[in-house]
Amino acid sequence: MRMIKALTAIAAMILIAACSNDQQAAAPATTTVTPGSVADFRQNVGDRVFFETDQSTVREDGRQTLNRQAEWLKKYGNYQITIEGHCDERGTREYNLALGERRANAARQYLVAQGIPAARVKTISYGKERPDPVGSDEAAWARNRRAVTALQ
Amino acid sequence: MNTRFDMMLPRRQTILGGVALAAGAAAPAHAQLTIDMTKPSFEPVPIAIVDFKGDKVGADIAGVVRNDLQNSGLFRSISPSAFIQQNMDPNAPPRFPDWRSVGAAGVVVGQVAQSGGNIKVDFRLWDVVVGQQATGLSFTSQPDKWRRLAHIIADAIYKRVTGEEGYFDTRVAYVAETGPLGNRVKRIAIMDQDGFNTRYITDGKTIALTPRFSPTLQEIVYMAYGENNAPPRVYLQNVESNRRELLGNFPGMSFAPRFSPDGTKVVMSISADGNTDIYEMDLRGRALRRLTSGPAIDTSPSYSSDGSQIVFNSDRGGTQQLYVMGAGGGGERRISFGEGRYATPVWSPRGDFIAFTKISGGSFGIGVMRSDGSGERMLANGFLVEGPTWAPNGRVLMFFRQQPNSGGRAGSVTLHQVDITGRFERQVPTQTDASDPAWSPLIPQ
Repeated sequence: MRMIKALTAIAAMILIAACSNDQQAAAPATTTVTPGSVADFRQNVGDRVFFETDQSTVREDGRQTLNRQAEWLKKYGNYQITIEGHCDERGTREYNLALGERRANAARQYLVAQGIPAARVKTISYGKERPDPVGSDEAAWARNRRAVTALQ
Repeated sequence: MNTRFDMMLPRRQTILGGVALAAGAAAPAHAQLTIDMTKPSFEPVPIAIVDFKGDKVGADIAGVVRNDLQNSGLFRSISPSAFIQQNMDPNAPPRFPDWRSVGAAGVVVGQVAQSGGNIKVDFRLWDVVVGQQATGLSFTSQPDKWRRLAHIIADAIYKRVTGEEGYFDTRVAYVAETGPLGNRVKRIAIMDQDGFNTRYITDGKTIALTPRFSPTLQEIVYMAYGENNAPPRVYLQNVESNRRELLGNFPGMSFAPRFSPDGTKVVMSISADGNTDIYEMDLRGRALRRLTSGPAIDTSPSYSSDGSQIVFNSDRGGTQQLYVMGAGGGGERRISFGEGRYATPVWSPRGDFIAFTKISGGSFGIGVMRSDGSGERMLANGFLVEGPTWAPNGRVLMFFRQQPNSGGRAGSVTLHQVDITGRFERQVPTQTDASDPAWSPLIPQ
């Protein structure tokens, strides 16, 4: 479990570095990750989409990410999916739990519309309880308003 | 006697009420032993609390009483180093001129005696201004409950001086936060109102949030995540045995629980397919009733003190605002109309005000409004302040403050209390970072 978390952190760092150069967040990495692995999904597909303040509508850049996710998930059908909804810290705890649920559900509905079986996709909201990255500026808040597709 | 509280019950009896003593000299006008909290401004009442005689714990008890009264903002505890009269007889009137000359409006003297394995504590509050006893009480308790006795004495003094019930013999449940922010451990803790006797009632393996006391203090409800990404659910937990039970096993998330004033129901939010509505669960038969519907987020419900209405948070109008409805649902009407977003409404135990969190212009505030939405006043502001909870007398609020995160490190998260005039804010000590305070009713005696 500890090792998985360390991997998550490294993958996230790579993703952020890629983002700063390329807003599409899907820069084909020159790494040797195994196709069909969780690392492949995170690095080459993109595991998260972002939202505007107080909104739960999937943006155009998010739809592109979710299209890639749907393709990949159809190819690798052995994964179960949990979409984690998150919020920035600029809301109250209880409302943000509900807003995170809305965001997770918006991403889920989009994937289901792309042909992913509904039974394969669960949702969970973390509200503002699991910030990533940790920060109190606009850039950090923008990256915290997110729905993350986690694979099991 | 309530047998459930046998282990901690101080026995209380009034003694020597209204012992008449010779009146002293004419009172100076500046310091009275009464306070009208409804006045727009007042000076704290100067009060001298003498170490109780008879046992070493007597000085400790006096210290707790001083701390309680000073922290209320309504009293100014005079330093014992200024006292002129020494070695006082706790049963005899003090030398009033000595206490007038140190500026005291009241002086508290008391004594502690061993009594068959228990301690017996009695005290008198002397009105220095009029030169007579204002109140006097006696209590018996187990020796290790001396802090509770001190809080009960502070409550008695507060009540005599303000005419309002005190709030010192109470507890606070909160979320104790430790570890890095990205993987924060959040567990439920309960402590005395003054920060002592902290104990943890969840183990921290999963995130637990938003604890709220039952009216008897026997139980709390809170939300906790399950193991292995199971959705958060509402739990009911006995605070003595720590036995807990799930309140309804719903497919989606359930959260934001709160007891009805009579303790027979819990109102909460339940999410399904991304939509969040408010439901009521009757604890006697576990029957569930839906109170709101529609695509909006409806959350943070709180009953009125008489149990007939519920105030809640909804974004049905486009942004988060406060609404009131009947306790059985229906008759929903918006009550917040100021600039910004409103959240976490909590009805005062007195019924007069609703406290809330307001997000406006990039900052957060804690405020109160009347239950019809009029008379809005802000009491505290900051980068992030959230989650007001009422002291049982409806005169003081507690909430939490979070400082900005910086350099990947979490800003501090601390509990604070403020009186409803907004004049007097202070930090409440906690062992760890702390959020989501829930103030208990007075502990049953």
